[in-house]
Amino acid sequence: MSKLRWYFVCITTVLLSVFTLPVMAQNADAPIQQLLQNHREIIAKSSRKTIAPAIDALAASGLAQAQTVLTRWQAKEMWRNKETGLFVYGEKAGKELAAFDFADGADLGTFLARDFKQLKPNSGIRGMIGAALVQFQLSGSFTDKMQALDAIERDAEASHLAALTKVLADETDAAVRQRMERLQGLLTIRFGETEEDRIVAIQSFEGDLGVDVRAALNPLLVVTVEAATAPPEGEDIARILTVGSEDLPREAAYDHLVAAGLATPRISRDDKRNALLANISDGSVAGVEVATLDSEAARDLAYAALADQGLVDRVATDSEVDATLAGFTFYERYTGSPAVAVAAAAVLSGIENKVAINQAFDLGLDALSLASIYFLAAIGLAITFGVMRVINMAHGEFIMMGAYTGYVVQQIITDYTLSIIVALPLAFVVTFGAGVAMERLVIRHLYHRPLETLLATFGISIALQQIAKNIFGTQARPLTSPGWLDGSLVFNDIVSISYIRIAIFVMALMFLALFLFVMNRTRLGLEVRAVTQNPRMAASMGINPDKINMLTFGFGSGIAGIAGVAIGLYAKVTSEMGADYIVQSFMTVVVGGVGSIWGTLLGATVVGSLQKAIEWLNPSNTLAAQTYMILFIILFIQFRPRGIIALKGRAAEA
Amino acid sequence: MAELTAGPARRRPLVVRYPSVLIFLTCLGLFTLGATILSEGFGIGVISTSFVKTLGKTLCLCLVALGMDLVWGYCGILSLGHMAFFGLGGYAIGMWLMYERTRLIVVDSLAAGGLPATPEEISSGIAAQIFGVVGASEFPPVWAVAHSLPLQLAAVVLAPGLLALVFGWLAFRSRVTGVYLSILTQAMTLALSLYLFQNDSGLRGNNGLSGLQNLPGLENTSQAIVSIWFLWGSALALGLGYVLAAWMVSGKFGSVLRGIRDDEARVRFLGYPVEAFKLFVFTVSAVLAGIAGAIYYPQAGIINPAELAPIASIYLAVWVAIGGRGRLYGAVIGAAFVSLLSSWFTGGQAPDLNILEYRIQWVDWWTVLLGLSFVAVTLFAPKGIGGLFDLLAARRNPNRHGQDLGPDHGSLREKEADA
Amino acid sequence: MKKILLGSAALLAASMLPAVAQDCPIKIGVLHSLSGTMAISETTLKDTMEMLVEQQNAAGGVLGCELEAVVVDPASDWPLFAEKARELLTVHEVDVIFGNWTSVSRKSVLPVIEELNGLLFYPVQYEGEESSKNVFYTGAAPNQQAIPATDYFLEELGVEKFALLGTDYVYPRTTNNILESYLQQKGIAADDIFVNYTPFGHSDWSKIVSDVVALGADGKKVGVISTINGDANIGFYKELAAAGISADDIPVVAFSVGEEELAGLDTSNLVGHLAAWNYFQSAESDANDAWVDAWKARMGEERVTNDPMEAHYIGFNMWVNAATTAGTTEVEAVRTAMYGQEFPNLTGGTAVMLPNHHLAKPVLIGEIQDDGQFDIISQTEEVPGDAWTDFLPESAVLKSDWAKLGCGMYNTETSSCVQIKSNY
Repeated sequence: MSKLRWYFVCITTVLLSVFTLPVMAQNADAPIQQLLQNHREIIAKSSRKTIAPAIDALAASGLAQAQTVLTRWQAKEMWRNKETGLFVYGEKAGKELAAFDFADGADLGTFLARDFKQLKPNSGIRGMIGAALVQFQLSGSFTDKMQALDAIERDAEASHLAALTKVLADETDAAVRQRMERLQGLLTIRFGETEEDRIVAIQSFEGDLGVDVRAALNPLLVVTVEAATAPPEGEDIARILTVGSEDLPREAAYDHLVAAGLATPRISRDDKRNALLANISDGSVAGVEVATLDSEAARDLAYAALADQGLVDRVATDSEVDATLAGFTFYERYTGSPAVAVAAAAVLSGIENKVAINQAFDLGLDALSLASIYFLAAIGLAITFGVMRVINMAHGEFIMMGAYTGYVVQQIITDYTLSIIVALPLAFVVTFGAGVAMERLVIRHLYHRPLETLLATFGISIALQQIAKNIFGTQARPLTSPGWLDGSLVFNDIVSISYIRIAIFVMALMFLALFLFVMNRTRLGLEVRAVTQNPRMAASMGINPDKINMLTFGFGSGIAGIAGVAIGLYAKVTSEMGADYIVQSFMTVVVGGVGSIWGTLLGATVVGSLQKAIEWLNPSNTLAAQTYMILFIILFIQFRPRGIIALKGRAAEA
Repeated sequence: MAELTAGPARRRPLVVRYPSVLIFLTCLGLFTLGATILSEGFGIGVISTSFVKTLGKTLCLCLVALGMDLVWGYCGILSLGHMAFFGLGGYAIGMWLMYERTRLIVVDSLAAGGLPATPEEISSGIAAQIFGVVGASEFPPVWAVAHSLPLQLAAVVLAPGLLALVFGWLAFRSRVTGVYLSILTQAMTLALSLYLFQNDSGLRGNNGLSGLQNLPGLENTSQAIVSIWFLWGSALALGLGYVLAAWMVSGKFGSVLRGIRDDEARVRFLGYPVEAFKLFVFTVSAVLAGIAGAIYYPQAGIINPAELAPIASIYLAVWVAIGGRGRLYGAVIGAAFVSLLSSWFTGGQAPDLNILEYRIQWVDWWTVLLGLSFVAVTLFAPKGIGGLFDLLAARRNPNRHGQDLGPDHGSLREKEADA
Repeated sequence: MKKILLGSAALLAASMLPAVAQDCPIKIGVLHSLSGTMAISETTLKDTMEMLVEQQNAAGGVLGCELEAVVVDPASDWPLFAEKARELLTVHEVDVIFGNWTSVSRKSVLPVIEELNGLLFYPVQYEGEESSKNVFYTGAAPNQQAIPATDYFLEELGVEKFALLGTDYVYPRTTNNILESYLQQKGIAADDIFVNYTPFGHSDWSKIVSDVVALGADGKKVGVISTINGDANIGFYKELAAAGISADDIPVVAFSVGEEELAGLDTSNLVGHLAAWNYFQSAESDANDAWVDAWKARMGEERVTNDPMEAHYIGFNMWVNAATTAGTTEVEAVRTAMYGQEFPNLTGGTAVMLPNHHLAKPVLIGEIQDDGQFDIISQTEEVPGDAWTDFLPESAVLKSDWAKLGCGMYNTETSSCVQIKSNY
């Protein structure tokens, strides 16, 4: 055994020496290597706070290889030999590293990766490197230019303005030129030489909705709060503040005065207690028995007595605070140039109004999207519950089955587009089958006992959920949308909606159309309506109610399966995903009015918009939105027990 | 319906009219006695304290199942939100337990501080201890009376009672019935649990109230003893609850309830205020649930919003259905049987089953079994386990003329069916 | 007289004997949910414990005894945790319990463990503000995860405006509370901190993501600190990717997203976003390679390792060493022997058990890669875990020291022990 090991060590040593030999070939004296060696400590430390000299030195070195170093470094491809300390660049493959010399790009051979330390600049440093690369990239290829412009957007520097202005004149590509011009404007706002230049640049962005514009303008409006006994004058006064308003609460105003040394401080309960404790002598504080200090009022008195004796600092009482505050005016003063600030404020207020409108529009889109998701989740239920009056608590699990079908298909067919195309009909088939089986085996026997149906389908629901857990595990499974559904449709920086949500919206519309077509234009629809209205009469007309019920239930379940694929694409696939939607789906159907697809549509719209509206009112707590929405629905049903669109006459009794 | 028109008859005592009460109370008494003798706290130590707690909790679940049976089995209201009332009762008592225990700790620690504590210091000390966990340090208004045991005990009854009263009034007034009502009650418990999940609700959000098994002032009493006290408390509550429920369903009131269950419209035409009856039963059962919760959670040790999730209430319905609704002992049997069986299966004690290559681990498959058995009960044995007693009764006393006790057909009382 | 003395000494020795000689096998309780919502995360830890016990048995067990893992299923039901813990301690009479994931389950178990004087190893990062005599916290306290990650945001990424997004439960609440206070001490204005809480399993993220983007309107660099838990992350990251938010524009650092969570996601659009942990599977060390290989060999090639697993690995080995040192598995002796126990981390370096029942561990920050793994870009020295945060006024004065002070909640201002039992 030990002999074997000895051989192994020998072989490794030989191999290693073979590997390390070529390092000798690396030029340690090349200027670029020297430059890197000069900064090796901060490069190794790799902190944004200290790295600047290294990057600046590289950028200003004028060396031809500086761009390579920066690019490689940014891409985490710079390595340092642990033994010699020399920097190389290279690519790691498995446990090996193919290394190259920075000085001349010479192939240094292949090494064990563990002998080298990879330099991993964090995203902060990568940004700085990007900013330094701008000067090289602006006159480079199209991708280089785009990268440079990205870098400017992220970490703008004053020097970029000049660099940009220089290349702008020669730019031929219209798109690039447009982007450059916009950036030039933004840079001018920040770094422009004269106030006039900056103001002109500011005004050129009148009404622009871009976040970058607001990001450039807002810092110009930075103010400091100040207090003075006389009313302030001067054009740099942004506004006068009233004490006790939301912008300046009483405590904050007084603290401000205390901090400025203009008022006597107040004392916290703990400090008061500690001060008293520190001055206990013979069981009393300033002549007050310790045992009597069991209320804040008594402690205040004792503290005042201490202050009178000069043992502690005096503190302000409430009435003194009020008197002091009355003697001061509080106001905000611009810290930057007032003229620029005023211009920026004017442009911003115009933008803000537009922003508000667009935000409302965006919220509307969100609401619409949520409504379409609810509609999709509920449409199957609108058939089984709405038309057939069968309470199917396992509806959510049909959605889940559809989603898992999608997942399984993606495991077999790796092309995302193709797999979705296969998954949609397959999900329908699977859940159609499950629905028919359930109808035949269980629901058929319970048609006149709705409460029992509810319970039996609930039993099926928990069984299905657990079976899914046992098969697929409890971990969420990925269901990835095809590449062409990535990203979002961007109207401007405020209004955008992801393509997957648009797809769900379109799908919801298609289902609506499908439902209307089947119910109103086909023989099946006619028979379904007949059976639900009066099964006996329908039977005497030669319709087989058993078959129709079975098909209808299968149809509703199948649609739930397709909805599952869509919902899985946008959210997640877990065994509990159905449970998340079941109550909402019932709410949607009930609010909208049972038995009417338009009602379900309206119900989904109401529930979706309501939830978004409440979220907008209380942005810090999404949970509250759900609670209030359910409360609203409970109340709503009190007043319209049959939903928004209530069926009248005989149909309502069916 | 005979009695409704027969005029006032001389009423016989409850136990005679309802013999199952006596049998039930005897069984309950024997069970409690047996558990006490076998326990670690007072007896020979055959069963562990944790199992005593399980038994105590099971009795509480039986009590809430009894309430459920009143509304569902006898009045036809399938409430899928009864665990909300159960949870409210738990929260009400939990607030006092938590407040008082923390107060004792805070007062002790402040006493060591040199100065006598001020009320403000005590209150902020308690708040910091209770809410520090969830990143707050002030008392929310809902804790206003947490310092007082009598007031919180009143809340045990009032909070679920009022919620049931308001909710029931709204729902019954607008004639929401059947599955609609079920979904609405489910929405109610969902809304309540979502509300409690929020930290802003002031009840410690997802964390809920914990450490409830430590009774303030009884730190030195072993849990073995405390668990027996609670077992007795639970048994007493269940016994009283059973008598109350039996008394409610045995007389004319009970007949009206069954009438409502079987055909609401007819009872209304007969001139009975159907809504008032339903509201009364709904509220009483909510109060029963609240009391059950108040005894349950000090044994469980922790209450949090997940306890109020809709699934819990649905399980409650499952217990009653499996036990046999429309008969009080059915609810009790169902709750006890299914919850104990469930804890046996999920506890990992049940032996694994090998079917061909596949190994059935009950931890994984128990829920499937429960779900399917539930379907089976609904389809094939609507009377549940309680139906077995009918078979016995039918053998002993075949003179029933094919009459049925329900829950599906007929609204006869046992006496009438036997006649 | 001498005879009597001798006799009583013999009697004493005899009576002490059972305490020294070990009852075989030594039972180890495993209290992780195998069903319900938390099974996703906790089943992995149960498997980890079973693997560790097997490995230890293969290495000869402890004190000459085989180890036996007693696995129970608290089914993600918090009251059931207390019940099962009591069962483990009184019925199965285990010597130590490894278990729990959520804070609420820990709070549920605490009173039972303290009443029966058990020993619990808790492996998950948590919100701190707690110290129990009977619990060893092998996961990260806020100062071992949240604070270093925030420092990284402030110093390395230059973030000036923070969005604290969390699931609405105790860990995010307390962590965000600490962070808010910390950020304000670091000079970030209260207006520049946006806090939002969402329910468990939240899926509709469009509004929140656009709110975060809108934060950038005042020209400050925005960063997101996410304490979003479990499944909800999937929807969140999908929406983030759809909105085209690159990690260079708005970086997101997550405290609850590890290798296991990323398995449910296509990470190609998330490259560069961050997570802070004490362990990543991609850590380069021989011990880690062996650990990952053993795990994959046992559970399958596609399985990943994560931070709480390492916590159990360290906790279990420390317990084994402490029991060996103490010569018994009796709780008091093991507890005393635990202080100062050292064990090598999987990430290199050494974890030390401190008298406040927390570990000193390095903090790692990793960038998400397109293969679902993390690229470690920052690794600190070992940071000692702090039970009571220094960044909230009411807990800054508190200190935990079970070795010398014998108190987990010691007020350094009044020099008194606030309470011996923990707060739950």
